[in-house]
Order: sequence, then structure tokens, then C-alpha cells
Amino acid sequence: MTSLLGVLFDGLAYGMLLFLISVGLAVTLGLMNFINLAHGAFAMLGGYVCVLALQRWGLPFLVVLPVAFVISALAGLLLERVLYRYLYHRSHLDQVLATIGLTFMAIAAASYFFGPMQQPLQVPRFLSGQVSVLGVDLNIYRGFLLAVGAALTVALTLALERTRFGASVRAAVDRPRVAEALGIRVGLVFQITFAVGCGLAGLGGALGVQVLGLDPAFPLKFIVYFLLVVAVGGTSGLKGPLYAALLLGVIDVAGKYYIPQIGAFIIYAMMVILLVLRPQGLVSRK
Amino acid sequence: MKPAPATQVTSGRAPLEEIVFWLVLAAGFWLWPSYLPLASQVLIAGLFALSFDLVLGYAGIVSLGHAAYFGVGAYAAGVLSKLGWGEPFSGLLLAALCAGVTGFLTSFLVVRGKDLTRLMVTTGIGLLLFELANRLTDITGGNDGLIGMEMSPVLGAFRFDMYGKVAYGYSLAVTFVLFLLMRRIVNSPFGLSLRGIRDNPGRMLALGYPVHRRLIAMYTLAAVYAGIAGALLAQTTQFVGTDVLSFNRSAELMVMLIVGGTGMLYGGLVGAAVFMVAHHYLSGINPTYWQFWLGAFLIAIVMFGRGGVLGGCMRLARAWRARMAKPAAEP
Repeated sequence: MTSLLGVLFDGLAYGMLLFLISVGLAVTLGLMNFINLAHGAFAMLGGYVCVLALQRWGLPFLVVLPVAFVISALAGLLLERVLYRYLYHRSHLDQVLATIGLTFMAIAAASYFFGPMQQPLQVPRFLSGQVSVLGVDLNIYRGFLLAVGAALTVALTLALERTRFGASVRAAVDRPRVAEALGIRVGLVFQITFAVGCGLAGLGGALGVQVLGLDPAFPLKFIVYFLLVVAVGGTSGLKGPLYAALLLGVIDVAGKYYIPQIGAFIIYAMMVILLVLRPQGLVSRK
Repeated sequence: MKPAPATQVTSGRAPLEEIVFWLVLAAGFWLWPSYLPLASQVLIAGLFALSFDLVLGYAGIVSLGHAAYFGVGAYAAGVLSKLGWGEPFSGLLLAALCAGVTGFLTSFLVVRGKDLTRLMVTTGIGLLLFELANRLTDITGGNDGLIGMEMSPVLGAFRFDMYGKVAYGYSLAVTFVLFLLMRRIVNSPFGLSLRGIRDNPGRMLALGYPVHRRLIAMYTLAAVYAGIAGALLAQTTQFVGTDVLSFNRSAELMVMLIVGGTGMLYGGLVGAAVFMVAHHYLSGINPTYWQFWLGAFLIAIVMFGRGGVLGGCMRLARAWRARMAKPAAEP
């Protein structure tokens, strides 16, 4: 019973992390219908920024996180200007090719600057260790992940549903031409949304160094998970990807804990089955 | 990347360029005698790219899991020879059968849905089989690979030698026969209907074509081709590692075909040659650079190049011909 609760807790924290990284992809892929296989590269950038800032520059962890967000968002903004905006109206094959190309370049650059090995990272002392709650040993860092994830989810939902900018994002996605006619600068809205998505991926990457590990192969290793969150979650705002990510996290952790010999098998099998049964995602728009 | 538009069923006669192309490959024994092992690898990759062209170029299915069928074929041939049956052609047949069955069964999952769903499902199938090969160590040898394959001589007369002469001849013969068959198929009414489906599935459905069944047939055929390519690799190198099923192999396959050009028959072969030779030399210098420039090249091809190397050559040739024809037409 206690191990069940522990696995559930770890799985939810893991899922929350996946959600944070994937939420940007949910916007580009789910809403703008743009296949961005390089999304994991932004998460990797955030991870390396985190490692660098913590170990070389000696910044405190809580300062490092926004720095990772900002740098990844700026990288996203730059790439949106020079590359992505030319690909919005191209075929899916073109998008897949260009973003795989970008991923290869990111992997090569990462191994050139940081070497091919895993990056070690020491979590600050106030976040390491365990607490015992109702007889279950809970990892503090994972609790921190859950808290940050929950806070950001609430903030994002409010931003998307209650602010003027959120309204223009929804308008730009649903009917770009009408939105344009109403005076919303659709291109600019997409740019900012894309940058925020990349920033969140970077933040997730920074938070995830502990849990997911960090090496140059990161973008390819985890892109399946990120795509999965969006493809399974569907395109109806943030709720679908959130549920999908939490489900995925719990199932993955539980699978690896209880039936280690099958390991990653469960996730891939589940993905194929879910996609075949519900091609529109768990929570579909209509 | 716009593939060549579906126009008409071309005549079965082979033009001069095609004959020269295959004669050059056959002359490989004398043209590049010390690079025969690399050349066999190119041929095998080329055959694999041909198979992928059936899926991507002719049927329009974006897949990132085509290595699944390559791997199934490689393991089928590998296990058969390890069990003591080393006759090569029966190994190819078994590989074709196994990959074909896998392809047929999975095709039902793949042809449903749109681009993104297909991409995910094919990726998922590829990863599933990779994990499976990793876990079934009794059969596949897992991470260590399948060691101890013993091949009998081809046709009972040609033993696989150190210099790769027999391997090259064997790969070339198999590739050539399968290429002829593919040429026939894509130029048949069946092949034409698939190009129609690729360009406008709704209209083909309205015209009364069984869109799903055609796609399933083509996907299965492509899986058979991929399986044979995998078996060739297993037999000529007498080793199978789990990398035959890896995601990287599927991604590189897509790169090869795009570099060569989709939907143009020779695109896969040309792309495989360019890719493998470039890989051989550039990764010899530094593997990291290779990956970086490969990525840059891919982006460049999407942004500026249409139809890959072959498409570029054809455009040049057309421009050249137009220039030559102009002075004659003017007076």
C-alpha cells in the first residue's frame, strides 16, 4: 500500500515534468498543427543552462530556473524568426525534416561543447532528502516539481482564459483570418506563444536534469514522450495534455517499478493502442 | 518536398541512362575493387531506401519507424542461419515472409489517421520492436547482437569472401531484380492509383478506388522489400545488432531518400550512395561534425532544394536542354 502511494507520487511528479516540457509543443503542434520534432532541443538547452549556471557561475537554484526559462525563450524567438515561420504553411514532411535537422544540429553542438557524457547535478540541500507523510517516504524534490507544475498550470490556464492576450491566442488559433481582420497581430501572437512554449520547455529541462538525466541524446530520447503527451492529450487547450502527461508519468513509473523486465514496452504499446482507438486524443475538441 | 506529380503510365522500355547506371554498378568489381564492402552497404541501404520510397514517395505515408521491417528481416535471416540453415536465398525468402506478415498486420494501424497519427504510430511500432529485440535476449542476443551466423556459399558455388566480392555481387543481383519488379509495379495502374491517393485521397475514394486496401497492399509490399534489405545486411556482414531496429536508422533512411529525391525510382539509390559515402568520409574526420552538417544540410534541402540531388540534376538537365534548343528555334 505504501509503495503504491509512493509510486503514484513519483509518477505524478514525473508526469508534471513531462507536462511542463510538452505544453509548448501542445500549442505549436496541437493548436497550430506544426510538427516540431526539435522541441526536446529547447528542453535540453534549459538543462545545460541550469548545469552551467549552477556549477560554473554558482547561481542559486531558484535564480537559475527563470534564467533557463528566459534563455530558452530567447532561443525560441530567434529560431522562430529565422526558421520556423517559413515552415508554418509547408507540408508535414517538410516540417519533420527541417526539425529533425535542427535536432541533429543541437545534438552535435551539445556534444561539441559539453561532451557526450551525462551531466551530474547536485540538487540544493533544502530540496534534497525525504519526508515521511502518513508513513510514506516522499522525495522532497519531487514534491517541489509537483508544486511548481501545479502553480504553473493554474497560471497558464488563467493567462489563456482570463487575459486579453490569452483571448487573442485562442482567436488567432481558431480563425487566424478573422482575428487578423479584428486587428490582432496574429504573427506576433504566434511568435510570443512559441517563445513562451520554448521557455517552458527550457524550464522543464532545467527542473528535469535530476529526474530525466541530461546528455546530448536528450532531444531524441524523450521526443517520443513529448509528442505522446500532445498526441494523446488532444487539442482542446491545456486539460488534455495535462491528463495525458500525468497518466503517462504514473504508468511509466509504475511499469518500471512493478514489471521492470518489460520496461518501456508498456508506454509504446499504450501509445499505439490509444492512438488507434482515439486518433483525436483523449479529450477531443468536438 | 513536392514529389513528382502523377502523370501517366510510362512505357516499359528502359532508356539509355538507366542501362548505363546499372552497367556502372556491375563494373564496380573493377571500378572500386577496394571499396566493395562499402559498396555492398550502399546497395543494401539503397534497397532499403527504395522500399521507403514506396511508402513515402508513392503512397505518401510519413513514417519514422520503417526500420522495424528491416530489423525483422535481418533477425529472421540471422536466426535461420544460426539454426544451421545457411542457404542465402531461403534466408531472403523467410525474411520477406516475416517482414511482410509484420507489415501487413501493422499496416491496419498505420493507414488510419492523418500525418501526425501515422508518424506517431510508425514510431511507436519501431520502438516496440526495438524494445522487444532488447528483451528477447535468447533469440536476438540483446545488446551483444546475434553472433555465430554461418552462411553457405551463394548458389552452392560462391563462398562469401574477405574482400566482399561475393557479397557485392549478391547484393547487386538481389537489388537489381527487386528494382525491376518495383519499376514495373509503380508504373502499373496499381502504382498510378497510389500516386493518385497520395495527391488526393478524397477524390480517389470518390472515383471508387479502395483507398485503404491499396495503402495496405503498398505498405505490406514495402515491408517485404525492407525485410529483404535487412536480410541482405545480416547475411553479408554475418552479424545482427539491435541497431537494425533503431530510431536512428529510420531517421537516416528518411534523410537518404530526401537527399536522393522521392517518387523518382532512382532517388533512393542515389541518396543512399551520397549519404553513405559522405558519412564514410566525414565521420572519419569527426563524428560530431558529421551530425551537425547533416542537420544543416537537411534544413537547407527543405528551405531551398526541391526533389533532392536527383531532382536538382533533372532541373539542370531541363534548363540545359532548353538553352540548347533556343538558338535552333529562333530563326
